[in-house]
Amino acid sequence: MGNEVMSILKKDYIYNLMLKGKREDGRTFDEIRNIDIRTNVIEKAEGSAWIKLGETEILVGVKLQVGSPFPDSAGEGVIITSMELNPIASPDFEAGPPKEKAIEMARVTDRGIRESGAIDLSKLCITEGEEVWIIFIDIHVLNNTGNIQDAASLGAIAALLTATVPGEREGRGEDRPLPIRDMPVSVTLVDIGGELMVDPDLDEETVCDTRITIVSNQDGSISGMQKSGDGALTEEKLLKAVAFACQKASELRETHLLNI
Amino acid sequence: MSDKPEKFIDENGLRLDGRRVDEIRPMKMEIGVLSRADGSCYLEWGKNKVLAAVYGPRELHPRRLQKADSALIRYRYNMAAFSVEDRIRPGPSRRSIEISKVSREAFEPVVLTHLYPGAVIDVFAEVLQADAGTRTAAINAASMALADAGIPMKGLVSACAAGKVDGQMILDLDKAEDNFGDADIPMAITSEGEITLLQMDGDITQEEFKKAIEMCKEGCRQILELQKETLKNKFAKLDEVEIPDEEEDVSALVESTLEPSEEEEESDIPKIEDAEEDIIDDDEIDDKSEDEESDYEDVEIVEGESSFEDVDEAESPEDEEEETA
Repeated sequence: MGNEVMSILKKDYIYNLMLKGKREDGRTFDEIRNIDIRTNVIEKAEGSAWIKLGETEILVGVKLQVGSPFPDSAGEGVIITSMELNPIASPDFEAGPPKEKAIEMARVTDRGIRESGAIDLSKLCITEGEEVWIIFIDIHVLNNTGNIQDAASLGAIAALLTATVPGEREGRGEDRPLPIRDMPVSVTLVDIGGELMVDPDLDEETVCDTRITIVSNQDGSISGMQKSGDGALTEEKLLKAVAFACQKASELRETHLLNI
Repeated sequence: MSDKPEKFIDENGLRLDGRRVDEIRPMKMEIGVLSRADGSCYLEWGKNKVLAAVYGPRELHPRRLQKADSALIRYRYNMAAFSVEDRIRPGPSRRSIEISKVSREAFEPVVLTHLYPGAVIDVFAEVLQADAGTRTAAINAASMALADAGIPMKGLVSACAAGKVDGQMILDLDKAEDNFGDADIPMAITSEGEITLLQMDGDITQEEFKKAIEMCKEGCRQILELQKETLKNKFAKLDEVEIPDEEEDVSALVESTLEPSEEEEESDIPKIEDAEEDIIDDDEIDDKSEDEESDYEDVEIVEGESSFEDVDEAESPEDEEEETA
């Protein structure tokens, strides 16, 4: 998958490494690259996080505005998630409106946050049917060395954890922290030659047939899943991926989110 | 929109529309419904009405999009503005772009794209009426349209969704179950049992997910049966039309296929009785191929065919007279 031009030799190289149980950057199959998260890096935003996953760098900004609710959820705030694959991040990215890849990743991130109930949307209603808080989660990809998906999800929840509702600025009462109830964490695995590897780097993402993202919550439940890429998965492999992702997600949550 | 029902499953274990938890909505499909498309399928599934068409393999423009070693699959999932209660704005939305992407990827593992380098296979799925589960309905229809177009595939793809209401896993959500339920898990599964599309949103445990896979597998198996049946029906009928019953005609067909000339692949070539004409035609063809010594057989075949047609038209009344005599 991916748009990168990769020689068959490279594919062969990664495949042969896999046969020996190795990866290009020396990680084991179940090892996630180093993660560094810094929150509140943009003062003008209501919440923000800069995240580095290996060399992949993403900046997530959260803005809140007063707006009107959707007719089918008149008493709830609104979440709008967008992702920009900025041309600054890779020679393969072009400026312009988001393409399917960016839209897919933004929507998977959005579903994870929305479906886990991480944000208590009922507390973001100002007057039912008329005014609610609209939360904009904007994911800005700054450097792509693979697995934007997991970095974006982790960055988004980190930014939300630090976000405030700007009541004073908007003349809607006092400032207060954004009501966060859960911490959904996404874990992405790729299938290369029949082996599952977590947190794919750029080359692995390019040569893999199938990518599977699983978003899970604090209680171990699953709130989102997405298969991506041109391949297929067996039931057995899928269940293995899900079990692994849930366990890995709880590790990530403990080391990187609970201290925010 | 209607309000959330109090209960989705009654004390007898039946759902609001009377289905069991593991029962799919009634489905019917018909293929070859559009005359211009290379393959097409109209599918109704509950209140969903979906039309899928396949064009191709055909030349891909712009050429820079061509893939040197395989055909490109393009999949367009589109909802008609009037397909839902509140009119939706026509044209691609973020939702439809994502669905188009994952649906295309659901077919990548089965379509033998390497047979058509440089070409494109266009799949268009139009949702005419939507009532939950349109992406899976579209995939089922698209799978049939691809088969109808004669696109070589490893097998058919079938799709359905599992979900969760009242804390129970159910198969094939309807609109209310989708809107107010706790999870929606669409899947596409090949005839080999491999999962080529998987999405999920909601809140489920690992055990529930396992149950969802089992349910979807069974649902897809039932859909696959219907898909196979539909294909058999159409192509069995075609057989009846194409093979003439009369003995003489059959022998003529057999004899004409025994003709040594490679160019004569069409079955409607002149019958063996027209010995003179045949010889002339053969000579013509031989001459041309010697002259040109090129691979551009297409051109010659076209010429050859047209001359055959002329002969056919001119001589056919006589043929009949001879035969009856």
